[in-house]
Amino acid sequence: METKAFQKIYTKLENITKATVVMKAKGVGNDELATVGGRLAQVVKINGDAITIQIFAGTEGLATNSEVVFFGEPPTLNVSDNLAGRFFDAYGNPIGGGPKPDGEKREIGGPSVNPYRRKQPSEFIPTGIAGIDLNNALVSGQKIPFFADSDQPYNEVMAMVALRAKVDKIILGGMGLSNDDFLYFKQTFENAGALDKIICFINTTEQAPVERLLIPDMALTAAEYFAVDKNEKVLVLLTDMTLYADALSIVSNRMDQIPSKDSMPGSLYSDLAKIYEKAVRLPNGGSITIIAVTTLSGGDITHAVPDNTGYITEGQLYLRTDSDTGKVIVDPFRSLSRLKQLVIGKKTREDHPQVMNAAVRLYADAANAKTKQENGFDLSDYDERTLKFAKDYSKKLLSIDVNIDATEMLGTAWSLFGKYFSQTEVAIKQDLMDKYWTKQEEKTEKKKEEDRTEEQLF
Amino acid sequence: MKTKGIVTGITANLVTVKVDGPVAQNEICFIELRGVKLMAEVIKVIGEIAYVQVFESTRGLKVGAPVEFEGHMLELTLAPGLLSKNYDGLQNDLEKMEGVFLKRGEYTTPLDEEKKWKFKPIAKVGDKAKAGSWLGEVPENWIMHKIMVPFKFEGTYTVKWIAEESELTIVDKIAVVTDEEGNEHELNMVQKWPVKIAITAYKEKPRPVKIMETGVRVIDTFNPIAEGGTGFIPGPFGSGKTVLQHAISKQAEADIIIMAACGERANEVVEIFTEFPELEDPRTGHKLMERMTIICNTSNMPVAAREASVYTAMTIGEYYRSMGLRILLLADSTSRWAQALREMSNRLEELPGADAFPMDLSAIISSYYARSGYVILENGETGSVTFIGTVSPAGGNLKEPVTEATKKTARCFYALSQGRSDSKRYPAIDPVDSYSKYLEYPEIISYLDERVEKGWVAKVHEGKNYVLRGKESYEQINILGDDGVPVIYHDRYWKSELLDFVILQQDAFDKIDGNNSMERQRYMFNKVIGICRKEFGFANFEECVDFYKTLINAFRQMNYSEYESEAYKKYEKNVDSLIEKQATA
Repeated sequence: METKAFQKIYTKLENITKATVVMKAKGVGNDELATVGGRLAQVVKINGDAITIQIFAGTEGLATNSEVVFFGEPPTLNVSDNLAGRFFDAYGNPIGGGPKPDGEKREIGGPSVNPYRRKQPSEFIPTGIAGIDLNNALVSGQKIPFFADSDQPYNEVMAMVALRAKVDKIILGGMGLSNDDFLYFKQTFENAGALDKIICFINTTEQAPVERLLIPDMALTAAEYFAVDKNEKVLVLLTDMTLYADALSIVSNRMDQIPSKDSMPGSLYSDLAKIYEKAVRLPNGGSITIIAVTTLSGGDITHAVPDNTGYITEGQLYLRTDSDTGKVIVDPFRSLSRLKQLVIGKKTREDHPQVMNAAVRLYADAANAKTKQENGFDLSDYDERTLKFAKDYSKKLLSIDVNIDATEMLGTAWSLFGKYFSQTEVAIKQDLMDKYWTKQEEKTEKKKEEDRTEEQLF
Repeated sequence: MKTKGIVTGITANLVTVKVDGPVAQNEICFIELRGVKLMAEVIKVIGEIAYVQVFESTRGLKVGAPVEFEGHMLELTLAPGLLSKNYDGLQNDLEKMEGVFLKRGEYTTPLDEEKKWKFKPIAKVGDKAKAGSWLGEVPENWIMHKIMVPFKFEGTYTVKWIAEESELTIVDKIAVVTDEEGNEHELNMVQKWPVKIAITAYKEKPRPVKIMETGVRVIDTFNPIAEGGTGFIPGPFGSGKTVLQHAISKQAEADIIIMAACGERANEVVEIFTEFPELEDPRTGHKLMERMTIICNTSNMPVAAREASVYTAMTIGEYYRSMGLRILLLADSTSRWAQALREMSNRLEELPGADAFPMDLSAIISSYYARSGYVILENGETGSVTFIGTVSPAGGNLKEPVTEATKKTARCFYALSQGRSDSKRYPAIDPVDSYSKYLEYPEIISYLDERVEKGWVAKVHEGKNYVLRGKESYEQINILGDDGVPVIYHDRYWKSELLDFVILQQDAFDKIDGNNSMERQRYMFNKVIGICRKEFGFANFEECVDFYKTLINAFRQMNYSEYESEAYKKYEKNVDSLIEKQATA
């Protein structure tokens, strides 16, 4: 973004804070980009001729006589098919050299889709993970975050989901990613031979936090190009949105705004919604699906960031280490995919909704039995059976290392029902019970034997 | 002449304008930005500087941009054709907007001025009329849309001329009225009304006298909402607020449904756009969309327009109420509206109240809720606006400002509980914490005596008591263990579970279970209460648990069967024989 000949250069900064500078200028537009002492910046407030500019890289070492040049336009990204397979920084400059992307120049953070023109999401995105496909099916055009503690393997699970999902493009927006994690993503994508459908916009912890604010808009502008112009199915991965929100709070703090809950800006909900609501299924067949990561501190979901996120996204996924089996599972109680009703039992087998609910209910009974056990009470026969069921359910279905298709998951669930429970205990609609329960009978007998041998091995 | 001004400052969507003439609080103005006009509303005036909130993105706006003030507040255009429309918060018709993306500064006309309506006069020449008097009517979908003397008219008027039965557009002349001074006023079907002011063209607003049936058991049976009443649904995310609202909007016994999707997910609105035109109203056989207007200002649409959207919805509701219709207004979610207020208050640098919300939040919410209600019109007809708002409490904590402010004013409280939704007990309305103040109204009690059966409300309280006792017993069982308590504790707990599974829980996605007539609710509730009153001599707690589990399963099969069908009767026999067997054991 070189200086153009006719541009006026200013050299007098009036105020400097950690993230913003104030200076006098005329004819400047709101949201316009500028460089201050060579650093990229954006106009955030205008009061008469006093212009407040936010410096993305921070103001360390900036002098009051630094050169300021206004670009006359908001941040942009050049979009074309050549974006595919490349890694960019927050400004859209290639990481590790190479030419800048060519193509049509687009303003980032553009307008929203007319809700009336949207299509209802209805395409099932299978991932092979039963904790997701069986209990919380994903749908194209959905937006859903992982709510995870920082010690959980959320980036790994997200990469796995991305690579297994059938989509045309995967766009990664990395915010405050550690360099190690960045390299992990890069390597995983390379090893999977999927580089040609991947585009990354990365801000690592080595770069200034405020730069992160550009990442989601950059990633989503690229996503909109492929989804709207090229009718492609695009999956956008955003990690970690909590660090994005932190950057928002830094800026609002520097601008003397009154903080609301958890020192986050009062506009946090709208700020996050603007990003997540870019998830869409378009009339032309293209779609944008967003899977994000929101890290929690100590599992606290009442904090402003996960809380506001939960109200915006269509569900949330929780990871948890199951102490009984030692496996990382997708928590069936707290995880929820709001759009699953649009596909389960419709794009998957008819018994899916009821099987899903029955299994979760029985798993909840097992949790109650466990509490009882921990409190030193005698367990009933039913309690014992739920505990055994829970162990199998966790190992054969919930664990993230399971990779089977949805029909197979339903089969496994029926065989577990048959193994441990009577029909009344399972309490599913009778016509489904008649159809699938009996079918399982012989298989169950055989399975029981297998399981018996398996149990002996333990 | 219009007041003009120029932009002097910009912070996000708050713009300061130096004006050259008079401006009014809440006056609408247009800011010109490269040939596009951005709509804005005055929210504060200091000297010759007006602070305006812009309903669109201010990206690229510069100091010095010209501004023109319109001389009126944000107004709606009210006339036949509002039904089945999808508007944004400023009454732009979303269907008419071109392109996939919303374009800044694109405003569409809310109503069709070419379409001909079959006008039939009601008033006669010489009749006296005031604001809200019915002059004539046109059929709109399947309701009779009344053409009224504009609400802005003050005093008494005399009808001088009225159009005959004919095909007219909304802008054709339909009547001429003379005021007290003898001035003549020509009227067409269109009138304008500012959204932030309540329409009060009615005779009186009495206490509500009947309930509005929703087909949802935990509401109709346990905590009914009155026609013209107010209710709110607070709940953490994932607790099923939206599913519940959709169920109510599909099934409620109202003439018109107005849905304000205020700052919520776009895909949820798409669900309405996609499903409702297909769904039939079980009561009338007409398509649901025909009785519905959607005000859609999703979370990614401009914040200031979000604030306007709830008022837009209420104004349309009040307009139809003046025609003697029953309106149900749903707003999802009023917390997003409150947040919009917070964002503006913050930019105005007002001193904040709790959680940085504006100090007058509570007053704003209660004056909004007060606009709903059951009214008797000047001509003796009745109409109502029933309002149900959802609240999205931050962190699921019901002690936050929006929930507290709403609790002070709404009469029904449907608390969605995280615990219930975690164990998939839907709808997750907490049976113990929730309440309906209407159950205390003598008018409502005697209405239910008539509508359902004598002594119904007492029976409902009895049912609530079983639930409460069951909860207490459950706590005891948890502390002392299954064997540590007398069997009667298990019996009490399982009676409450029976009520929970059979009456309180309802499968909103099931065609039959999702929507229950009051008659079916009465029958099932009586059946369950009958069991709750029975004493069974269980030998031990296992026997008790097994009995109720089997019974619940049998009852659930009943819930999934068409009322009084073969299958239903078959499962009922099963239930009866289970009870008999246990009673004689």
